[in-house]
This record gives sequence, C-alpha cells and structure tokens, in this order.
Amino acid sequence: MTETIPRLRLEHVSKAFPGVQAVNDVSLEVYGGEILALVGENGAGKSTLMNLINGVVPLDSGKIYLDGQPVTIDSPRRALELGITMIHQELALIPQLTVGQNIFLGREPRRWRFWIDWKRLYAQAQAELDRLGIEVPVQARVADLSIAQRQLVEIAKALSYHARLIALDEPTSALTERETETLFRLVRALRDQGVALIYISHRLEEVFELADRIAVMRDGQLVAVGPVQAFTPAEVVRLMVGRELTEFFPKVPTQRGEPVLRAVNLRAGREVQGVSLELYRGEIVGLAGLVGAGRTNLARLLFGADRPEAGEIWMDGQRVEIRSPRDAIRLGIGLVPEDRKSQGLFLGQSVRFNAGAGLLERLSRLGFIDFRRINQVVKTIIERLRVRTPSLNQRVRNLSGGNQQKVVISRWLTLNPKVLILDEPTRGVDVGAKAEIHALMSELAAQGMAILMISSELPEILGVSDRILVMREGRLVAEFSREEATQDLIMQAATGQLERRVAA
Amino acid sequence: MNRSSNHAPQWGEFLRRNSTYVILLAIVLGFAVLAPEFLTVNNLLTVALQSTLVALAAIGMTLAIITGGIDLSVGSVAALSGALAAGLATRGGLGTYPGLLIGLMAGAGIGLLNAAMIVWGRIPPFVATLASMAIARGLTLVYTQGRPIAGLDRAFTFWGSESLLGVPMPVWVLLVVAVLVHLLLSQTALGLHIYAIGGGEETTRLAGVNVGVVKFCVYVISGATAALSGLILTARLWSAQPNIGVGLELDAIAAAVLGGSSLAGGVGGIPGTLAGAFIIGVLSNGLNLLEVPSYNQQVIKGLVFILAVMLDYFIKQRRAVRSGRVPSTG
Repeated sequence: MTETIPRLRLEHVSKAFPGVQAVNDVSLEVYGGEILALVGENGAGKSTLMNLINGVVPLDSGKIYLDGQPVTIDSPRRALELGITMIHQELALIPQLTVGQNIFLGREPRRWRFWIDWKRLYAQAQAELDRLGIEVPVQARVADLSIAQRQLVEIAKALSYHARLIALDEPTSALTERETETLFRLVRALRDQGVALIYISHRLEEVFELADRIAVMRDGQLVAVGPVQAFTPAEVVRLMVGRELTEFFPKVPTQRGEPVLRAVNLRAGREVQGVSLELYRGEIVGLAGLVGAGRTNLARLLFGADRPEAGEIWMDGQRVEIRSPRDAIRLGIGLVPEDRKSQGLFLGQSVRFNAGAGLLERLSRLGFIDFRRINQVVKTIIERLRVRTPSLNQRVRNLSGGNQQKVVISRWLTLNPKVLILDEPTRGVDVGAKAEIHALMSELAAQGMAILMISSELPEILGVSDRILVMREGRLVAEFSREEATQDLIMQAATGQLERRVAA
Repeated sequence: MNRSSNHAPQWGEFLRRNSTYVILLAIVLGFAVLAPEFLTVNNLLTVALQSTLVALAAIGMTLAIITGGIDLSVGSVAALSGALAAGLATRGGLGTYPGLLIGLMAGAGIGLLNAAMIVWGRIPPFVATLASMAIARGLTLVYTQGRPIAGLDRAFTFWGSESLLGVPMPVWVLLVVAVLVHLLLSQTALGLHIYAIGGGEETTRLAGVNVGVVKFCVYVISGATAALSGLILTARLWSAQPNIGVGLELDAIAAAVLGGSSLAGGVGGIPGTLAGAFIIGVLSNGLNLLEVPSYNQQVIKGLVFILAVMLDYFIKQRRAVRSGRVPSTG
C-alpha cells in the first residue's frame, strides 16, 4: 500500500433486485499497488458489486470515488474510459476473431475513418503482448487457443485500455497449476506497477498466496476487511458462511465392496491410450492429472458419449457394449459433466424439468408421462440434496453454481445409478455448497455407489478419495491409496517425474 | 498441438479452407465431361448470368447470417423493387432512372424496417423478416394488382439484356457489388464488427461497439442487394412480374451456407458465397444441358446441397479431432 488516496472508494453502496438486497450498504477501498481478495459464497453479492463498479448495473444509492474524485459509471464503456476493467469468469473474447482483433475490438486503428489499419493493429497488439511477456501469436484465431492462452489474451486486452483497476472473477477456474503460476506472476507484476487489483476466487489457498488484503461478503454485506495476515483460512470460511464448517472435506470412511465396473485397455486417439481400471461399490476414486491428460475423454468413453477404438468394458462381471449414453444409463452409469451449463443442464427450464428429465420413460404409462409421480420423486430428492430454490418452477439459470450442480446430481439420483462419474463437480461452486457436495458423495458411496471423481484441485482429490488414480498423456501412470497420497506425489506423477505400476 | 499433422499437413488445411471451391470445381469438371457444350465461353457466360440473381441476394444474406441473423424477406423485396421501378418508370411517368433509384430505395427501406424490428423491437430476425417477407409480397401484389407491368424502355432493359466488353451487365453489377461488400467485410471496422456480433453480441457491445448501428447497416445492405437482384431480373424479363423471387431467400441461404457461412454466426465471406451461388447456377445449367427434367432437378439439387454441407462438416470435424480440440479438455 504505497498510496494514501485510494484508487477506488465505495461509500455506502447499495443495490437491490426484485426480492433481493444484492448489495447492502457496502463501503470499501482499493489502493493502487495492492491485491484485494473479495471472497464470499455465491449469491453473497460479489458479482453485483463488481457490476456496479463496472457500469453494468446502476447504483441504487451510495457514491463511488476514483482517485478521490466522485464518478458516475453508467456504462461498461464509461468504466473502460476511467481505466476500470473486469475479467469475467466466462471469457469475453470472440472465438472467431484473431487475438489482435479481439484486443482492439471497438477501437481499431483506422485509416481514412472507415478502413482498418491492419498493420498497425497487429503491431500494437504484439506490443501489448510483449509488454506482458505473453507468447501467443497475434494473428491466431482465439478459437484455436487453449483456455489459459485465452485468459492471458483477456488480460492483455484489459491492460491495453491502460487499466488502473482490474477486477478478476475466478480467473483460475479453468487453469492448470502451471498456468495459474504464470497468471499469478502477471498479477503480481501488475501490482508492482501500481495497478489496483480485485481478485475474486473460491479457492482460499490462492487468496492466501496472492492477496494483500481480504474482504469478505455475506448476504450483500461486507462482514470483514483486513490484511491477509489477520485471518486464517478457517476464519474466512466461517465469516463467509456465517457458521462453523467442521471440516472442508468431510470424509466418511467406507467399506469397499464388490467390483462393479471394469475397463480393459480402452483406447481413443491420443487422449486415451490403453486405460484399464476397476471401480468398486462403496468407493470414491479420485482421478487426478493435468488439464488435457485425457481424464474427461476417459469419462466420456465410460459413459458412451464417445466411442472407444478398442478395449472392453465389464459391468458386474458381464462384458457390455456401451454405444451411447443411453446404453450407459441403462447399465447404471451416470456422468455429471465438466461443463454443467452446456452439457449438464437445460438452463432455461425449471428445476422440476431438469431433475425429472431422466424419469420421463421410466415413469410413464402407455406413453403418457406420469407427472404426479415425477413430481414426488423430484421433490424428495431436491429436499434431500438441500437445493436452495424458491420453488421447483424456478429456472435453473437463476440458481447459483452450487445449486445448479446439485440439480444435475439430483437428476442422476432419481435413476439410482451403480456408478457415478463426476467431472470437476465443484468447479465454480462456493465453499458451503462444495462441502455439501462432498458430504453427499461420501453418503452415496456409503450406500454402495461407485464414484469416480475427476478434479484438478489436489486438496479436493486428497480430501475426498479413497483411492487416487493419476493420468498423464492418455495413460494411467500412478495409483495411490488414501493414506500414501500426497500433493507432491500426485504432481510428480501428473507431470511425468514418477511412474508407479497401476493395478487392474 | 500439431504433432500428428505431419502426415497430410497442408492438405487437410487446404481442403478445409477451400472446400466450397473444391466442390464447385468438381461439379464443373463433372459437367465438362458429361456435357461437351458445358465448357464453352457462351455457356459459362449464361451460367454467370443465371447465378447473378441468387448471388446478389446471397451477398446481403451473408452479412445477415454472419451477425447470427437471417433475412427471409429478400425474395419479396426483389419483387417489390422490380414492380415499383417498372411501374414508376412507365405508367408513373417518372422515367427509368428515378424509377430504378426508388426501387432500390424501397429495398433498402424494407431493410430499414427489418432492422428497426430487430434492433428496437427486439424481435428475432427470423420472425421479423418472415413478417416483412409477407408485407413486401403483399405490397407488390397491391401495387401491381397481380398483373405484370410491361413497356420498359431500352435504358431499363439495358441492365438485364446488354453486354459490355462481352460480359452481360448483370454480371458487371454483381462484380462491383461483390468487390465493394467484400472490402467492407474484410477491411473496415464495420466489417469486423459484423463478424464480432456473430461471435458474441454482448462482448461486442461491452467493447463499446454500437451494435444497433451495425445491424441497421447489415439489413439495409441486404435489402439493397435483394432490390438489385429484383431490378436486374425485371430488366431481363422486360417487365415486372409480381411473382418473381419466390423461394429466392432459400437459394440465397443455400449459397451462403455452401460458401462456408455458419448459421450460428461469426463465420462467412463474400468469395465463398459467390462460389456457393455458382454451385447452384452450374447445377441448374448442367442439369438442363443433360436434359434432366426440371422436377427431378429439384431433388438432385437438394441432394447435392446436403452432400456438400456434409462433406464440409466432415472435413472440419476430422481436423478438429486430429488437433485434439473436439470434445473437451480434462
């Protein structure tokens, strides 16, 4: 904190939406040259607060000061002009355009008013990337870049507006550890150049590693602000949820039962190169690995979403053919996909529709759907999973990430599968809901379900799994028991410094 | 990322980028072998002339499709413009050029109406232009009382029937319009913003682009190119026919899609669309030369369309799988 006048000062800022006081009388300062972490559960008001700063929604009351001057931010355009930019969780790049075109969209260097000066555009874009040490080809189409590269381009775009305040919303949710490191280095460099940064994340390890100060929101209010040294992670969690969470990853020890699913030498392209594994009743298997190691591809093969080129799958000792998700579901295999919004949910439909969609055939008579029974089943499950929704008619789009994920899981539970595969089940989910999802997984395993969980978060893998498999470049390269696994061992296996014979 | 693209490296990429032209070339070669009179200068000029009407409408359609929209009104706009121009030039007594100009402006006006419904009324383009399709056709029938308007003078029919340097006037018009719109799309900020809107409208808006203005430009241009198509057809027929342009929107969409435009928006271009329009023109012409009955031609055209789109999809899909981008990450 090198400056005395805050870069941004919010004074008694409030914003209500129909039915919710989203932001309630918040006063907060952010200084140039500091990283302020903003934490809180989904729905705590962080996003709304950011939208106020960014001119996306207007204030109800309160004042905003920039460098001590009162300002009115009535549009995103105005925010950009003031040097305030926001990097959203869902990236705001246009995949069909090139890196350079994206960076300068809306303010392309021109010749004779209408014509774009392509040479200058690309030279300037290159200069922006060079300044940050980002190695991405300026003429590449964004669609051809990795998620991490896109994130870096997004940052370059934000900075090219000569941003003096940057808000980052969950920037690491799709990044690998190494990419996260690169991002952190960039964020710290920006801080050292005097930029004010607001960092929103659900990952408390990141917050404690990166932030200078922490601000905690709950129910629209600011409940605590202070230097990072003044908090412990447990305190922050308590402040966020307003109650004590006994354990991050409540693990109920379970009894491993009979084998249910066995895969032998599955192959599909470069992503899955001969994977054999076995899943047992009552067991949670964690599948770790770097992004791109082939974990999602493996899950999709087991679920019949893609077809293997070779290999066998056995269920309960019987050789089975899984040609489609329909086959997999019939055999009792479920998949909670990585991208819940596009693959897991019907966003525009109700909670009832989403949770009951798997039952349409099972609960119909003479081809007519028995809505009454579906309703009963859905209601029971939604209550059991404690999905927080005003009613079953609520559109899923309007639920928080954690509750959306619970709706996806409830759809599977209505079908009572033997094997449930969860791909990054808690990505973008707040701590409270995360703990609930973990508890639920334990409970399901205790009832005899076999669970395969893909996660890029090592603490989650270590906390939840009974057994841990590690994939690297399409192969299973290591297997650890819960007792022997450590972050180091898993990372070594995932990055190829360690190979261990894998059983099965 | 491209480790496995060592074998057949440029080939796949070349095919992907140029699939429309490869298909066009294949069809041309096929007809050249089957029908000896196909590859004569005269016949090729005929093909160009026949393709012009679809190509002009398809140019505007391409812009609408790139923004993620569509313009179903182009066929009706063609008829309305032709009828107004012919009527005002003859029985209206305004003379040929004022008539043509007003015809063109009528097309742009329907485009303006489309844009107003889409931008201000927030009506989806499909629905808005479906409505204006009916309105423009209806206005045409009201104005003409359902009867042709004849008696056009030489200055009018010049634009449909005469040639300059051996090339028919409609082909000249097409060339000029295509080059202008191509430059607009590839070299101007407006063009870039048209692509940007198709790729992400909200992102484009947040980048400070006035999305509404861009859409107004797109639908006005689409109306104008459809009007040109109608004026040229009227000039070629030596009279305005109230029923011209029925189904033109479908051919125009087909041309754009064959040319590589994605109905999801963000992708497309004028050279591809021209090739798409020529595929349609070559097919009609070649099938005629082979004396395929016109009813059967419809079926064949439909099949070729599906084949071409499937081939295109297949080429792109293969490449995506090979570079490991297709299902997902993890």
